[in-house]
Amino acid sequence: MSIDISQFHDVFFEESFEGLDAMESGLLNLAEGAADVEAINTIFRAAHSIKGGAGTFGFMAVSEFTHVMETLLDEMRNGQREVTSDSTNLLLEAVDVLREMLSAVQQKTDTDEERIAEVNQRLEAMLAGEKAEVADSADESTINAAAVEASPEQKIAGWEIKFHPHKHLFQTGNDPVRMLRELASLGDLTSRVSDDGLPDFADLEPEDSYLSWQLTLKGNVPKEEVVEIFEWVDDDCDLSIEVILQEPTKVEIAVAQLDENIAEPVAEVQQESKSEQVAAPVKAVAKKAATSAPAATSIRVGTDKVDSLINLVGELVITQSMLSQIGDNFVPGMLPQLIDGLAQLERNSREMQEAIMRIRMLPISFAFNRFPRLVHDLSDKSGKKVELKLTGEQTELDKTVMEKIGDPLVHLVRNSLDHGLETPEVRLAAGKDETGTIQLNAYHQGGNIIIEIVDDGAGLNEEKIFSKAVEKGLVEADAELSPEKIHELIFLPGFSTADVVTDISGRGVGMDVVRSNITGLGGSVEIKSKRGEGSTFTIRLPLTLAIMDGQTIRVANENYIIPLISIIETLEVKESDMKYVSAKGELYPLRDEYVPVIRLYDIFNLTPTTTDLEEGLLVIVEGEGQKIGLFIDDLLGQQQVVIKSLETNYRKVIGLSGATILGDGTVALILDVPGLMALYRDPSLAKVITNNEHAA
Amino acid sequence: MANILAVDDSASMRQMVSFTLKAAGHTVTDAADGKQALDIAKTRSFDLVLTDVNMPVMDGLTLTRELRTLPTFKFTPILVLTTEAGMDKKQEGRAAGATGWLVKPFNPDQLLATIKKVLG
Amino acid sequence: MSELQQSNDFLSDVDDRTEQYLTFLLGEEEYGVEILRVQEIKGWESVTHIPNTPDYLCGVLNLRGTIVPIVDLRLRFEMPAREYTPTTVVVVLNVGEGVQRTVGIVVDGVSDAHNILPEEIKPSPDFGTTISTDFISGLVSIGSDMMMILNIDRLLRVEALG
Repeated sequence: MSIDISQFHDVFFEESFEGLDAMESGLLNLAEGAADVEAINTIFRAAHSIKGGAGTFGFMAVSEFTHVMETLLDEMRNGQREVTSDSTNLLLEAVDVLREMLSAVQQKTDTDEERIAEVNQRLEAMLAGEKAEVADSADESTINAAAVEASPEQKIAGWEIKFHPHKHLFQTGNDPVRMLRELASLGDLTSRVSDDGLPDFADLEPEDSYLSWQLTLKGNVPKEEVVEIFEWVDDDCDLSIEVILQEPTKVEIAVAQLDENIAEPVAEVQQESKSEQVAAPVKAVAKKAATSAPAATSIRVGTDKVDSLINLVGELVITQSMLSQIGDNFVPGMLPQLIDGLAQLERNSREMQEAIMRIRMLPISFAFNRFPRLVHDLSDKSGKKVELKLTGEQTELDKTVMEKIGDPLVHLVRNSLDHGLETPEVRLAAGKDETGTIQLNAYHQGGNIIIEIVDDGAGLNEEKIFSKAVEKGLVEADAELSPEKIHELIFLPGFSTADVVTDISGRGVGMDVVRSNITGLGGSVEIKSKRGEGSTFTIRLPLTLAIMDGQTIRVANENYIIPLISIIETLEVKESDMKYVSAKGELYPLRDEYVPVIRLYDIFNLTPTTTDLEEGLLVIVEGEGQKIGLFIDDLLGQQQVVIKSLETNYRKVIGLSGATILGDGTVALILDVPGLMALYRDPSLAKVITNNEHAA
Repeated sequence: MANILAVDDSASMRQMVSFTLKAAGHTVTDAADGKQALDIAKTRSFDLVLTDVNMPVMDGLTLTRELRTLPTFKFTPILVLTTEAGMDKKQEGRAAGATGWLVKPFNPDQLLATIKKVLG
Repeated sequence: MSELQQSNDFLSDVDDRTEQYLTFLLGEEEYGVEILRVQEIKGWESVTHIPNTPDYLCGVLNLRGTIVPIVDLRLRFEMPAREYTPTTVVVVLNVGEGVQRTVGIVVDGVSDAHNILPEEIKPSPDFGTTISTDFISGLVSIGSDMMMILNIDRLLRVEALG
């Protein structure tokens, strides 16, 4: 039977990457010296599984690389090797290499052979450091095996076998009949059974084995095949296998001896040489694996979630059959039942929707789990002492949001470590604990997930930020800004407070990119900071990108949807409150700030139904840390909407983030607040595509 | 065809083993660790048990020892799937009451050939 | 030609090089599109206007859960507008080489389907009309009438939809 094992590759990769993550976090938690056997065991098991899987699925280079790691870990868990920071760091590096090797195989790209060889060599060196004698004994057995292999090359006419199972043989699950049958399949078998061992009937134990056999197997059968049949039982029987050669010279080989000293090494050596053959053309193996189907993304779903979905489907089916019964013989008197049934249907579909959305939800630990390693490495490099605290790791959010929030989070954590936390000396001088703390907290609030990155470092230096912003021409030198406004400046494009571009944060990505990535997900990021006490970045994100809460509004006889998350408040305004500034247009005084007013019909080029501010409403919305007032005709309802892309069949439209389908089947467009601001600042943005077309 | 209990903590190995066995017409129940397998084994009998050795919660050798104490598993063939080809590991397996072993990595054909050996 | 061949020819729709075209009317003019590109033909229903787009892009509508842009071909070809009524026809087309998109076009009415051999298609001269010859891939005579074959991939490419 031929089974295509490449169908299991995706699962293998998925579990291997999870295993690597487990190894990584296990290694990071390993305390020096004191060997926590269970922790090491977990790391060992992950390596062990990857090695086994990689071997099974034909990724020999991966399997061999892991083998060395596994051996090291095995020695650690057996207490033969101490856990040192050197060995932990080397294993962490090996985890990285392994992760790269696996993704290279998965993505069909080339591996960095040099790095692999280099790390492999260091692993081998560490292994050899204390265990040189193991290699020696392996060499010996190789020689022995070769010697035995060479001798019985004469023509074999058959085998004379004496097989006397011990009493308890059945209790190992083995059955002599099975072995006899197998022997018979190798050649011409004659057997003589002896019941000499059979006790008196009264003493007979039905679960014991008493018989013995004298067997003659005729044919040119290789010795290994005969030995293999008794491989599992050679400790549970008296066994002798004598060769019958063409010339009647008998070479006796006592199998009991042979097994322990020779047969096993033979098997091992054969295996080793086999895997070497396969592993030598590493590139070829990788290429071959690369021809498999492209990696499909998949989600692991807990069976509880699937079960609840199945229950809901059951309820839906019941509701449906009830409704169709009502429909079949409907009389007006059944109206109350119909209404009940429809209400039930609505509840079923809502519950089902929620259950389905839950399938896409994963705990945020998937995004958090890379930070222990990151902080470990960064604190090593920067000489700062850092303790990382994670809370709310089980808080769930949509897989897509999770994938996109990873990089911004990394940037913020790097930023806190690099710019926020002080060196141990500075901290001690300031009367703080020399070890700084970075906290990552996650929790749900309303329909959002909140992620906080908290450090107890120096806090933002307002003077420094302000002068930098002036220097970069981002603010006027005489501007009077509150501390909060100054903190906001770090999110402006082209801003960086680092005097020296460090290896830690200086990756060419500014905080502006962090903010735009987060707003791109329909979220927001805020900062609170206090000198000497530290900073807190608060990220607010929708739980899912597929569904959001929307506020339907009307302007110029058109309906639009504003994401509820971006609405701060809705106001009726008086003409007399408004301020007009020639350069900035209309401003509305909202508490301590002036908010620019955008007339939606204006930037959308619609024929207004009213231009009088007092006849409509002002919706204060926030995007990218900035507030604007959207002038609209009226507020309509609020509802959950399923977000559809305009780009599938059309293109991105500035000021719109997508569309949705309303209950009546019509399409409503969803407003994109940052896009509206951009359009307000530069109305020509709307014309960009049209101009292209005229030019074409 | 046989009724087989397959135990492995690795999902890919579990899938590969069950797929292969099912393709050969066997009935397969799988478990992700020794404890799960033992709980299943206490409720029903099998013609054959295939178990990985290194697993969380309960390893394969402990599972084998535990199974041998159950009347329904006294004579049931139990094969351990092991990456360690070393003699001591096999001795351990035998001491625990395993029928035999299959050394990883193996391919579907090798798996089926070994199964055939036990089931006849 | 033997009888057998004849019957084969009949089965293979006269000549396997023929392509079927759906023709529709725009004012007095008849246009054709490859029938394989036609996803469906439906009546007019109200669409949602997209701000800051040219007037020939009527808007978008919901076609079984996806958002599909609708182009008024009269306006696209700068012909006088005509009011939309329930009998106005929308032809939903699959356009684009590589990435396929679905776009609807509003026409006056669907007229016929024709089998056309490649050699029947004549290159289109620059006939000085308002319609750019860029969008016409050829002309075909059908009886005394003339049909213009539309290059819908070019006509309805994203940049051209405004």
